[in-house]
Amino acid sequence: MSSLPDPLASIDHDRPDSDVYRVLDRDGSVLPSASVPDLTDDELRSMYEDVRLARRFDERMISLQRQGRISTYAPMTGQEGAQVASGYALDGDDWVFPTYREHALKYVHGMDLTALLLPLRGHRDGYAIPDDVNVLPEYIPIATQLPQAMGFAWGKELQGETDTVAMCHFGDGATSEGDFHEGMNFAGVFDAPVVFVCNNNQWAISVPRERQTASETIAQKADAYGIDGVRVDGTDPLAVYQVAREAVLKAKCPSADELRPSLLEVVLYRFGAHTTADDPSQYRDEEEAERWRRWDPVNRLERFLYETGRLDSETQSAIEDRVEEQLSAAIEEAEAAEADVSELAEHLREEPPERLEAQLAELESIRERYGEEAFRHS
Amino acid sequence: MSSAVTTQELTLVEGVRDALAVEMGRDERVMVLGEDVGENGGVFRATEGLYEEFGEERVVDTPLAESGIVGSAIGLAMSGMRPVAEMQFSGFSYPAFDQLVSHASRIRYRSKGQYTCPLVVRMPYGAGIHAPEHHSESKEAFFAHEPGLDVVIPSTPADAKGLLSSAIRDPDPVIVMEPKRIYRSFRGPVPDGEYTVPIGEANVRREGADVSVFTWGAMCEPALGAAEELAGDVEVEVVDLRSLSPLDVETVTESVKKTGRAVVVHEAPMSGGFGGELAATIQEEALFYLEAPIERVTGLDTHVPLHALEDFYLPNAARIVDAVESTMRV
Repeated sequence: MSSLPDPLASIDHDRPDSDVYRVLDRDGSVLPSASVPDLTDDELRSMYEDVRLARRFDERMISLQRQGRISTYAPMTGQEGAQVASGYALDGDDWVFPTYREHALKYVHGMDLTALLLPLRGHRDGYAIPDDVNVLPEYIPIATQLPQAMGFAWGKELQGETDTVAMCHFGDGATSEGDFHEGMNFAGVFDAPVVFVCNNNQWAISVPRERQTASETIAQKADAYGIDGVRVDGTDPLAVYQVAREAVLKAKCPSADELRPSLLEVVLYRFGAHTTADDPSQYRDEEEAERWRRWDPVNRLERFLYETGRLDSETQSAIEDRVEEQLSAAIEEAEAAEADVSELAEHLREEPPERLEAQLAELESIRERYGEEAFRHS
Repeated sequence: MSSAVTTQELTLVEGVRDALAVEMGRDERVMVLGEDVGENGGVFRATEGLYEEFGEERVVDTPLAESGIVGSAIGLAMSGMRPVAEMQFSGFSYPAFDQLVSHASRIRYRSKGQYTCPLVVRMPYGAGIHAPEHHSESKEAFFAHEPGLDVVIPSTPADAKGLLSSAIRDPDPVIVMEPKRIYRSFRGPVPDGEYTVPIGEANVRREGADVSVFTWGAMCEPALGAAEELAGDVEVEVVDLRSLSPLDVETVTESVKKTGRAVVVHEAPMSGGFGGELAATIQEEALFYLEAPIERVTGLDTHVPLHALEDFYLPNAARIVDAVESTMRV
């Protein structure tokens, strides 16, 4: 561990003039050089409520996984401020290409909490996103969504929908994959309205950012593709919102000398494990995590709202009650869902393949003869 | 099949081009993308003239990156377009394999029908043109193994047009593998205008009562040659599968029930090849009609050699005759 460079070294969180774009200081006060984004007080409170919900969602999911009530879960604590804020930067018609960690982003872009829980309970229903919600199912292979988001945005534009963007999230590990480079390159060449958001949380499971790339920043990689790269403090929701909103607006309506795509490097930290199957104490220094925790996005936003008179303890307490109620209701609903074997053949193709239907018929016949119990492996 | 009455004598690759032109004229969502497909008209001329006819927005030269081509085509397909992506040679499709098997094949399934992927990926495949290394692969089994992907392979100019047209109209992803060895080796009648050949239907190219030869793509020619050579002594039925996925189990089974003998011919290596799948299907469906073990005539379990030895790698009429005679001796 000690032989590796300190991931914080190039990100001086104690200096407001560092190369990371930032609105709030560590204590939640607005930096002298910055301005608060153009959001109403209600929108700011709502952003805070969503960030609180995300934090609490994470706590509940980790606990449910430990109890064996859901499967492997990818926590987002430390990243929820950036997820919520980048979602707030989108308009309703815009599209989201998320990874397996973007639970809060998907929620703020229209998915309900139960839908987030269903895949964790083993049901595909959670991927079946309603007609009016523009969120793609989560991407698990790394970086594969970049060329697809680019192609999707390009296709919408070719069909005359010139006012929608695709926002594509991924981690620092994804920047090592060929698809990262191919997606960015295609986006630049075809000037597609896409916003790439790299959540640089410093660790790709156990491998630090420095082992992903020798370049000083991830944002600078945008230069190689002729598009804009911006580095922003991912633990500052206001800064992420501002930068992402600007990128979204530029993608929709660039000025004469601008290309539509952007790469945002959102600099933050995964406070917890990669997934519930992972133990970060095996590979990283707890002191490093503690240093980053001083930049907790929930606390900073909360203190900003308190200090500017936008939040009081009564409102906060009502928010916390709502969060608990919502979560309990969603967990209850998701736990009531049942799987139907017929779903195995559904939606493989528009027309079900004959061979698959025959295989299912055979399965059904065995089920009738031996009962459901014969199929239980665990 | 449509009831087109007039035909033109075209080569197989001209049949491909004709399908693209007709379908692009019929549906403005159809677009072609790949390396050198634009002004150059494709290295095999499969897209010749399309750039001039349909413009740069619909016939798109992309950067040289197979995963980027297929990945962006998946995005285009999900957005409502009907992309036809070209892999310049199937041997260079492997960087795109992840996009095909991780995403194209399962978008409809995992989103429970919310998103679909009406994508076509065309790729010239196979040996026999004295090409450099990596230009002669025949790995159709890779794609046919993946649930959710259809795999079709034409062996005639008419099927090249008809199968590709069906693939473009299909609401799900289809891999079209084009046997480049016979791109220009003969001409055949191709119906004018809109013409489709249903995916999933084999074509009995020659009827016979004694032995069934099952094959596809460029191997139809030596199979038909062997049948001609044996005619009089042994009546060979030559079945061109045309579609490996979905497989026309009924036509295969009926043919074996009629002849009682089966020979499978493909140019891919034998081990793990699609011929094994076919042999298993035949024994499941028609074991008690078989009068002899199923024979396989295939490429060798090695890489396709450089061209000095290419002829020894590829199945030929003599090897097929030998296999047919072997089944007749039982």
